[in-house]
Formats: sequence, structure tokens, C-alpha cells
Amino acid sequence: MKKIIKYVIIDILRNKIVLAYTAFLLLISISIFNLEDNSAKGLLSLLNIILIIVPLVSLLFPAIYVYNSSEFLELLVSQPLKRKTIWLSLFWGLAVSMSCAFFVGAGIPILLFQATATGFMMLGAGLILSVIFVALAMLAAVIARDKAKGIGVVILLWLYFSVIFDGLILFILFQFADYPLEKMMVAATAFNPIDLSRILILLKMDVAALMGYTGAIFKDFFGTQMGLIISFLVLVIWMIIPTWLSLRKFKHKDL
Amino acid sequence: MIIASNVSKKFGKLKVLDNITVNCTKGECIALIGPNGCGKTTFIKSILGMVVCDSGFITFNGKNIKHDWKYREKIGYMPQIGRYPDNMTIGQVLNMMKDIRGKKNFILDEELINKFGLDEMLGKRMRTLSGGTRQKVSAALAFLFNPDVLILDEPTAGLDPVASEILKEKINTEKNKGKLILITSHILSELDDLVTQVIYMQEGKLWFHKSISDLKEDTGEEKLSRAIAKVMTQ
Repeated sequence: MKKIIKYVIIDILRNKIVLAYTAFLLLISISIFNLEDNSAKGLLSLLNIILIIVPLVSLLFPAIYVYNSSEFLELLVSQPLKRKTIWLSLFWGLAVSMSCAFFVGAGIPILLFQATATGFMMLGAGLILSVIFVALAMLAAVIARDKAKGIGVVILLWLYFSVIFDGLILFILFQFADYPLEKMMVAATAFNPIDLSRILILLKMDVAALMGYTGAIFKDFFGTQMGLIISFLVLVIWMIIPTWLSLRKFKHKDL
Repeated sequence: MIIASNVSKKFGKLKVLDNITVNCTKGECIALIGPNGCGKTTFIKSILGMVVCDSGFITFNGKNIKHDWKYREKIGYMPQIGRYPDNMTIGQVLNMMKDIRGKKNFILDEELINKFGLDEMLGKRMRTLSGGTRQKVSAALAFLFNPDVLILDEPTAGLDPVASEILKEKINTEKNKGKLILITSHILSELDDLVTQVIYMQEGKLWFHKSISDLKEDTGEEKLSRAIAKVMTQ
């Protein structure tokens, strides 16, 4: 397994897109921290950019990479290797490279400028989000045989998680404004890892006070030790389930 | 050595393999012959586990291949169209395969690498290679680990006459060592002096599996190409 992960990572590094992504993140985070005189404010601006860019790149790049390495997969499958080993190595190779890119690009500036609990929370959320979206991208790539279709699905997934989901929530909130929906909203965040990470980070910041009554409910839940553990578990489930589904699919795929 | 029983495979509605039952024993050189799209490559891929068959099973040395993967150590496979990671050089691909299989477990057979002159272009990227050179890499990889079974899918297609002759010679020496060789080709004249058995497939069905002498006797022809032509027009 280690050997194949090594080859996957070498290949990804040779591809240079991940290096460009790292440089881009580094550029954004350093310039944002330098623009704001208060680095806590900088962290807030960075949060919004990262929650858009990290899922997008972690979805698109792995999906395209899986399609482009179909030859490599074919070659490996005809060798004395378990399919499980091949697929998980590909997953780990991609997950490690995307997380490293995030760590170097955004993690190091965060640690330099804002090494607080909020900063660490953001670093952790970024790393977990990278892995979650790599898993989702691989699931999409193994289900759709056609490359254009697979990439289309991945873009739709990104739209769903970063735009459509919030729209739906707003729609529900307005339609059922007369009912007490606060508790339900807490549960609804479990269906979107981006929102979940956003709330976790925002609640660590002072701006949480501006979120009104819903904010108070959120604070009641996510502010506690139990809430933190549950949300972390939910994020882990978001990593495991897509990986498990894609692995199951790959085991029976005809190459 | 390889036994397939009632293997069936569908791609959507198309039945590619229809109840194939074959028994391949050691020391034979078997030609898989049939028109385009008759399921030869799919059959080969199901032996390798690249295609998972819908029903029936395949055993290798008495073990079902379904949940096994180690048996592939004993198979050298040369695909019809060799596809390799574009960014890697020939040397890197060769080293990667050695690394994956574990160098210590095998006595490497680098004869083809030398004879094809691949050792002089180890630094070339796979992307820049011609179809023929790619075939040479595939062939070299198939023979590299001294496998007990060689599965060659259209081995000489795209090779120049010199390389093709080298490959055929190599197949012959391996056959004489008592290995099982499965070979598909449309150029029947070159199979003539190579194969000992013939499997003929059509539309996913196995038509016959005979030794070459039986086939020649049954059809009354001396040449394999004529014998097969007679069968096909019957």
C-alpha cells in the first residue's frame, strides 16, 4: 500500500496543479493577514474564501485525476494487488496531497498570524474538508464512467454544498417562519460539512454574538464539549461513507 | 491450470460471454480465435479479474479467483492496447512494476528489454512513444517476472517484422519451458508453428476447443488459416 501511495504522490507532485493551488492559498492568506490590521478580522475574511476554494479544488482536481489515471488503475489491477489496496492508496495519495497543500498554503500563515483556538479550529476544519471532498470526488468519479459527466456531477456537488443548500435552508426558514425551527436547523447542518465547519469556526469568534437567537441555540449546542464531539463525528462520517461506497463500487467495476 | 466454468458476462443488454467452459492445462500454447467483438478480450480480462463475471467461476490452480489476487503473480499479461501513465518514463514504469511485485521474489527475465533496445531509451516518457514501442514495453513487462502463465492479447499487432520475430522466438522458448500460453491474434499464419490448441469463439459462445492436429484432421486442411476459414464458412 505504501508503495502505491508513494507513486500516486510522486505523480501528483509532477502534475504541478497541487503546487499552484498551494501557492495560491499562500498568496491569499498572507495578503489577507497583511491587509487587515487586526488578524482576528483577517481570519474571518480568510474563512469565507477558504470555505469556497478548498471544497472546489478538492472536488475538481481529484475527480479529474482519477479519470486521467484510468490507465494507471488498469495497469495496477492486472498486477498481484488487491483492488481495495489500489483504491485506498489512490484515496490516501490524493487526501494527503490536498491536505498538505492546505496545510502549507493556509495552515502555516494561520499559525503565524493567529495561533489561537479559532485558528486551530480553522486549520482542522480545512484539513477535514479537504479529505471529505476528495472522498466525494472519488465517489463521483467511480460512479460516472464518462469523464464529462463525472466532472459535471462534481461541479453540481460543489454548487449544492456551497450555494443551493443554504438557499434551501433559507427557503424553509421563510416558509415556516411561524414555527420554532431552531433545533431543526442544528440537525440540518449535519447534512452539509461546509456549513458545519463554518458554524464551528464562527462560534469560536466574537462575531457569534451578532447571530441573534439562532446563534444562541447554536452556541448552546456546538459550544459544549458534547456538541463539539458530535460535530467532529459527523465530519468523520462524511469522510468514511463516501470512501466506503466508492470502494464497494470500485471492487466490482469492469476495467 | 486455468478452469473456467459457465462464465457469463453482460455489458448492459449485450451478452459478451455466454456460458464459456474451458480447461487450460500446463505446457499448452492456446490460440483464442474468433471474429472481432466475439468476447476474446473480455474473456482474457475476466481471467485477470479486470472484468468481474456475472455468473460462473474461474479457478487458477484449483483456487477460485474471485476473492483472490495473489494468483496474478503467476501471470504475465500483455494487453491489446498498452496504456501507461503518460508522465512516467519507460525506466520508471519498469522500476515501478519491479517495486510493486517485490524484486526479491523473482528471477527477472530482461531478455526482451535488451533485445528490443528498450534499455537505451529508459528516459523516454510514455506519452512520446509510438504504438509499436508501447507494445514492446507491454511485451517486456509481461515476460519480465518469469510467470507460469502468459496471456498475450494481439501481441504482434503494431510491431515491426524484426520485433515481431524476436517476440515469437521468445514465446517459443517459454512454451518449451512448459508454461501455459494464451494468445489471441488475427494473423493466423504466424500462429501456425506456435500453438498446440485452438479455442474458437463466436458471439460470446465457445464453438470448440481442440488440439491443432484434431482440427487439421477434421477439416482436412494443412494450414491453420485455411482450417479456420473452413470452420467459419460452414
